[in-house]
Amino acid sequence: MSWDPRPVPDVTPETERYWTAAAQGELLVRECQECGFVYHYPRSLCPDCFSEDVEWRESSGRGEVYSYSTARTMSGWPEDDLPLVLAYVELEEGPRLMTNVDADPSAVEIGTRVAVEFRDVDDSEIAVPVFVPEDG
Amino acid sequence: MAGTEPVYIAGAFEHPTREAPDKSTMQLHAEVAKGALEDATLEKGDVDGYFTAGVPEYDSGLPPLIMADYLGLEPSYADTTDFGGSSYVSHVGHAASAIRDGRCDVALVTLAGRPRSRGQATGSGVRGLRTVQDSFERIYGATNVTMYGMAARRHMHEHGTTSEQLAEIRAAASHHAQYNEQAMYQEPVTVEGVVESRVVADPLHLLDCCVISDGGGALVVVSEDVRSDLGRECVELLGFGESIGHHDAGRIDLAKTAADRSGSRAFDEAGLGPDDVDYASIYDSFTITVLEAIEDLGFCEKGEGGSFVEGGTLRAPDGDLPFNTDGGGLCSNHPANRGGMTKVIEAVRQLRRETNPEVQVDADVALAHGTGGSIGTRHGAATVVLGREDR
Ligand SMILES: [Zn+2]
Repeated sequence: MSWDPRPVPDVTPETERYWTAAAQGELLVRECQECGFVYHYPRSLCPDCFSEDVEWRESSGRGEVYSYSTARTMSGWPEDDLPLVLAYVELEEGPRLMTNVDADPSAVEIGTRVAVEFRDVDDSEIAVPVFVPEDG
Repeated sequence: MAGTEPVYIAGAFEHPTREAPDKSTMQLHAEVAKGALEDATLEKGDVDGYFTAGVPEYDSGLPPLIMADYLGLEPSYADTTDFGGSSYVSHVGHAASAIRDGRCDVALVTLAGRPRSRGQATGSGVRGLRTVQDSFERIYGATNVTMYGMAARRHMHEHGTTSEQLAEIRAAASHHAQYNEQAMYQEPVTVEGVVESRVVADPLHLLDCCVISDGGGALVVVSEDVRSDLGRECVELLGFGESIGHHDAGRIDLAKTAADRSGSRAFDEAGLGPDDVDYASIYDSFTITVLEAIEDLGFCEKGEGGSFVEGGTLRAPDGDLPFNTDGGGLCSNHPANRGGMTKVIEAVRQLRRETNPEVQVDADVALAHGTGGSIGTRHGAATVVLGREDR
């Protein structure tokens, strides 16, 4: 199933690498070479020190659920995608990123170990990272 | 030290409507402006400062220009700072700075909106992508209610807060709303009634969420020179603080808000502390919004908000911290999905002894706090401490 008709990310020069890497099966984070801060979402200047010397770094794609909530109904969202688990996942590299946990809501708790998967978009150049529980 | 001249709220007006299908949002702005000026015993021609925030309905409309045009104002100072629902608390503080700088003497602050007539359902709208952040959040179906649901879940996890404790907040607000003839929901509800209502975004139930209402409100903030010529009892702005909390590039803390920073700044300026507050208007988009703000403002220790709100603490007139005595956004009114304005208005009514007698508190010092945007991603926090003239 394609990510569409769910909202597809706006790809910008600053974020293009993040989305195209996802289509190659890689989850990227940004790492400041000046102060060492590892951050998400991608920005060209480090949000801690404004250094422009920032590199892309491949995340392990693993982490744990920091928090979550489940929508049972949502206007404008595909019926077969409900209930929808919205979550913050804390990556092993540190940053907490907003995502979906693609699982039965009863299988999700704070602390649940999760791993990244990528969902195709009609535009084959990019993909959308989501997470699934590691043992299921 | 600059900026110590006293500044006052001379006028406050809440539009009585909760549903206005036959009025434009601009008309509501004009009606509340007129109401607040009448309340202040001032004329339209006295206004030389104008404050409002962006309104989603007029996204591309250059708010200061379209509103000054519609209202027929030629202000020497204008401010359209938009923090979401907390904006109007910030505007009071910004107006005070402008007045102390000599930029204006009579500052008009207006809010209006018609989300109910425009058919919005509780916290459920998935809007289009507009900002850089939207591509990392909205694509996942993030809505206001699921984001606040995540905050509530995290607070429960870290501090053992329960759904029943959150429900105490709604129950207290509904206790007050029964005396407010203009409230959207005047029927008192129990803790059980809240936790048995439909789950909207777990752990939040339908009755953990605020109302969707049309309407608006306005304030008139004035200098000492203007106040001294008015026959009207005014309320003094004793302290103001604001701050912004956000995702922090991945370090977001869902169990706390920027109210600790806005609150401490406001208390410092007032030379007062939480124990001095007799009445509090606390932004209540959701019950969890209140709980986190109570902790972050220092009314109890961090993490103890759940036990703090038990046992009628928030109920007027006898609770230790009577809050939102109009019924708040949870039961009475949340015009334009922006509740900061009505928070300030009810605090002014309390200090002027104009609220419903059953919930009137003998308050000398009141606090009003706004939380705008979303504590699930980024939010504005703004706090004012207000006092009676004769305290
Ligand atoms: Zn850096």
